[in-house]
Amino acid sequence: MKTIIFKTASVYLLPLLLLFSIFILLRGHYLPGGGFVGGLMASIAFVIHSFANGIEKTKNIMSIHPGFLMPVGLLLALASGALPLFFGESFMTGLWMENAVPVIGSVGTALFFDTGVYLVVIGVTLTIIFTISEGL
Amino acid sequence: MNNPYIVLPVILQLFIAILLMFSWSSKNIQKLISVTGSLIALVISLLLLIKVDNEGIQIMQAGGWEAPFGITFVADTFSALLVLLTAIAGLAVSVYSVGSVRNARIKFGYFPIFHLLIMGLSGAFLTGDIFNLYVWFEIIIISSFVLLTLGGEKAQIEGAIKYVTMNLLASVIFLTAIAILYGLTGSLNMADLSLRVAEIENRGLVNVTAILFLVGFGIKSAVFPLYFWLPASYHTPPPAISAIFGGLLTKVGVYAMLRVFTLIFIPDTFLSTVIMVIAIFTILSGGIGALIQNNIRKVFSYLIICHIGFMLAGLGVYSTLAIAGAIFYLVHDIIVKTNLFMVSGLIFKFKGTYSMRLLGGFYKEHPKMSLLMAIPLFSLVGIPPLSGFWGKLLMIQGAIDQSNMLVVFFIILGSFLTLFIIARLWSEVFWKDGPELPEKKHIKYYNALKPLKRKAMVGSIVFLSLISLGIGFGAEWVMRLSIKIAENLMDPTLYIQAVLGN
Repeated sequence: MKTIIFKTASVYLLPLLLLFSIFILLRGHYLPGGGFVGGLMASIAFVIHSFANGIEKTKNIMSIHPGFLMPVGLLLALASGALPLFFGESFMTGLWMENAVPVIGSVGTALFFDTGVYLVVIGVTLTIIFTISEGL
Repeated sequence: MNNPYIVLPVILQLFIAILLMFSWSSKNIQKLISVTGSLIALVISLLLLIKVDNEGIQIMQAGGWEAPFGITFVADTFSALLVLLTAIAGLAVSVYSVGSVRNARIKFGYFPIFHLLIMGLSGAFLTGDIFNLYVWFEIIIISSFVLLTLGGEKAQIEGAIKYVTMNLLASVIFLTAIAILYGLTGSLNMADLSLRVAEIENRGLVNVTAILFLVGFGIKSAVFPLYFWLPASYHTPPPAISAIFGGLLTKVGVYAMLRVFTLIFIPDTFLSTVIMVIAIFTILSGGIGALIQNNIRKVFSYLIICHIGFMLAGLGVYSTLAIAGAIFYLVHDIIVKTNLFMVSGLIFKFKGTYSMRLLGGFYKEHPKMSLLMAIPLFSLVGIPPLSGFWGKLLMIQGAIDQSNMLVVFFIILGSFLTLFIIARLWSEVFWKDGPELPEKKHIKYYNALKPLKRKAMVGSIVFLSLISLGIGFGAEWVMRLSIKIAENLMDPTLYIQAVLGN
């Protein structure tokens, strides 16, 4: 898989796919998409990059170990679920900001939950794939 | 009463697991977080039980969706009591793990998974939604699968294959049963189901669904004839893991059975006869299985099965007193079985083997330690006034009231079998003069452990033994709770009112 075309394309594909994964993450509340699919897409971006350039290079551009994203994502999801408890509401109740944010739309705890899922999925997928390919 | 904070035991365990994942590389910090977290969980669960006992059933509608549309979490006395027991066993095993679990296992995430398992258990006890119960069961299976195989020894993998196959099968059956139930009633909320199932005219279909639930939960709680995965797998992982498995995993199945067969499916004569027959065979096969085993952990594994039979018999008799007995026995069993597996681990640390034939002379060498180990062993047998006695007493009283002499006979027979097995174990391990055992190189013996680790192992056994003694000597308090729980189970109006309003 070391053809020049693939190598060159992978450099441009990485930011494009990452942007697209964030787009999918954000539109997921009412339309098809969401944290899980977005996360998978983002990890595919890194996997394509690692196919073309080798795992070491992908790890270098990531600068943190993907496994670290798991607790970060879980914490974000848990915090967004537990936040209503501080207002005397039930666990996982959706809290929303009154005014919509431009581009993103209305922001609520659901968005942070989804972002948490997004990070966990990237963390898990990349950890699994990197661990397996290191063993090869 | 609405109370959003009843999910705290669940959330706290997840939070501990996340903190543990952040400190992945430092084993000492992980140990500290795990023990402190378990202590906090114990305090929270105790407060929850006190609150529920004083103020009645507390509920929480997840996400603010009203029942029966959303997922309801219900803390009645039964749930709160079991959450408390989970927290107690969790604390003990967490402390015990500090002393006994090898660094290699900690490096592969032993502690985070352990707390995820405790989270799953607390969630299963607190949920009031049958599908959500299934989800918690899955969390329990997945984390227990990881714990079982962590370390990757050959025996572990072999045990794990049987364990996972049977438990996945049970999950499929459970899920099918839920699907049929949903098709029949259009609801998943257990309180709502209780009302709707009673209205269904096609009783044959209801009975079939009930049997499917019985089989699903039966495999999970290791009843006859589907128990063989348990003795095949529970003796393979490190003792800390067998302790939490032996203490709590099968008991979730018993909890689910007690809940489902008092709330949703009220057993008719046919169903209660089936439950009773299964209970009798479970007592027999567990007791007789334990007789011929040589490995002490296998003996305890079979005894788990035997004693699951007791609780099932209590359910089969189906009177307030018998169910109160089953609940008392459940309380006693969780503490004692957890403790026994920890004891077996300690014996291993001294002697380097689990084989009864090779063990011996323990009493002469370590008299104080033997005295400590005698507490859980004799509690298990149920010598009055130790904790095992009271549960059986209630169950036998209940069975006599219903003039169900068959169950009385088999409970007494099961008790005698247990007595015989423990007496044999006591004489083999503690009294007889054992052969000199060769030192094995790969085992870290008790004397080679750091003082803190030794204290952790012995301390957790002392802690659970004290609780066992507390259950035995404070039987009045536990009995009041069990009878209250049994009354609420037999007459679920309070539960239904709390969840659905009027």
